[in-house]
Amino acid sequence: MNGVVGFMYPNEYALQWSILIVLYPFITGLVAGAFILASLERVFRVEAVKPTYRLALLTALAFLLDAPLPLQLHLGHPERSPEMYFTPHATSAMAMFGYVYLWYLMAVLVFEIWLDYRREIVILSQQSKGLLRVIYKIMTLGSSNISERALHIDDKVGWIVTLIGIPSAFMLHGYVGFIFGSIKANPWWSSPLMPVVFIFSAMVSGVAAVMLIYMATTKLRKLAIDMRCVDTIAMYMFYIFIIDFSLEMLDLIHRIYEADESFRSLDFMVHTKLFFSQIVLQIILGTLVPLTLLFITQVWKNNLTATVRKRIYVICGSLIMISVFAMRWNVVIGGQLFSKSFLGYTTYKMELVTREGLLAAVGLCVLPLLFLWVLVKLLPPWPEKGLHQAAAGD
Amino acid sequence: MKDAGHLFRFAGLFVVAFLVFLVVRGYVVPKTFGQYGHYRGAAIGEIAQHPVKFAGHQTCEGCHSDIADTKTKGAHAHVNCEACHGALYQNLPAPPPPKGNLYERFVALIVPPPPPAPPILLHADDPATVTPVKPDTLVLCARCHTASAAKPKGFPQVDPTQHMGGVPCETCHNPHSPAIGSDTSASPAAGGAK
Repeated sequence: MNGVVGFMYPNEYALQWSILIVLYPFITGLVAGAFILASLERVFRVEAVKPTYRLALLTALAFLLDAPLPLQLHLGHPERSPEMYFTPHATSAMAMFGYVYLWYLMAVLVFEIWLDYRREIVILSQQSKGLLRVIYKIMTLGSSNISERALHIDDKVGWIVTLIGIPSAFMLHGYVGFIFGSIKANPWWSSPLMPVVFIFSAMVSGVAAVMLIYMATTKLRKLAIDMRCVDTIAMYMFYIFIIDFSLEMLDLIHRIYEADESFRSLDFMVHTKLFFSQIVLQIILGTLVPLTLLFITQVWKNNLTATVRKRIYVICGSLIMISVFAMRWNVVIGGQLFSKSFLGYTTYKMELVTREGLLAAVGLCVLPLLFLWVLVKLLPPWPEKGLHQAAAGD
Repeated sequence: MKDAGHLFRFAGLFVVAFLVFLVVRGYVVPKTFGQYGHYRGAAIGEIAQHPVKFAGHQTCEGCHSDIADTKTKGAHAHVNCEACHGALYQNLPAPPPPKGNLYERFVALIVPPPPPAPPILLHADDPATVTPVKPDTLVLCARCHTASAAKPKGFPQVDPTQHMGGVPCETCHNPHSPAIGSDTSASPAAGGAK
């Protein structure tokens, strides 16, 4: 059989989880990371990252709306997915995730965005015309109370929601790692470190994504990038990335030192089938290079001009995104390439124009950016002159 | 309290959504779900009502006693009739499918449900109407007797392409008693299997 080496059990030839299942933890990771960045400003009062606060919330929402779509495309019977809600299975992590997702979407993200934007929504519902006016009117839920006291209450409640949102974001993404980590039949996945590694890699990718989106949108709007903001984001990205890398190395060193019965098989795989995606892309290009570059910006920040720092941040952000995607790829695809007999290996041949092919995956990566574009048009994350004037006269 | 009124409106959305969820849930979840476990209890009864398609070798032997006699003397004595011939039945025209509730009908628009199990007629009940097709021995015998390292050494096994070169197995072997020279209508051939 093509692409099969050695002895594979019959159910191991073909991979059951495709690139869409790689995309899923990648996208939920971006949601969690973006939300953590937003919480830096709201809960931890890191004023420097304020320009990205609303953008981070909208980015998280855009990616969260996209997150279940790879799963729906992967399902043989997507129409049965609501049954997960109707007949909840309390002992299944996958089944319970539906509730975590809904909680995070409605009780955390949508609620927080609504609270934060309520003042603008009310003003826009009075200023706009036509269909937009109707949409904004619906979004006000019939309340146009934007008195100082009401906005103060919104601020307080929003703070509490963000506070609840942080463990919720951890739960949203930690669960993905938990599912992989608890599959005891697969030595590549079965590790209690898996949820923690997933959370930290999620944080670093989400922060990088919001930083890149902020820099791109600011550039498109022909405005100056707030260097204090991106310097602070880069600093947090650097520290989180160090923790993430340390955890991944701890897992790797532990596996090498423990060298259990699966080690020779996994070691062979890392040196052959996963060499490019793990060693070259994930570790060298996606981790060591950005860590070194970010280290330079942290140590010699004053010696580097803003333009150089911006270029470094764009390179680092892009490499981090590639690295985290490669990490998801190595976990999901890598975990299915070897036989449980440890005596054989198979190959993943990605399809192109099929339901689980490359084209669908590219579409699912572009879709959240379209969602974000709509959200940004509807709820501008940056202060607009006209709106401020209107608000002042209100 | 007046200034917090909008929060109650948002909470009201949740309450409404939850009530809608409960109503829809009550409508779409089958009544017997959870009766025995995390599945629809009535499914057991429905599966039990499926018509039995296998007649059992005793039924076959009732009419085909000559074959049964041949079989008892050979290596296939313990291979039951339907292991090779399959369940000998014929589907009868299916009744119209049940309409289902609103949700099921909506889902059926997207993914058509599998047709319900049609009523059947067994060869054992009406041998004149249900006439089975004779199995192709080239395919059938190779299923068990193709050489594989995983099979016990004493088990007769051959490389089908080299062993008979496209000639059906029954030319030399009687499938009901395969040893050459045993009670068989097949012509003996040199170099046959034991």
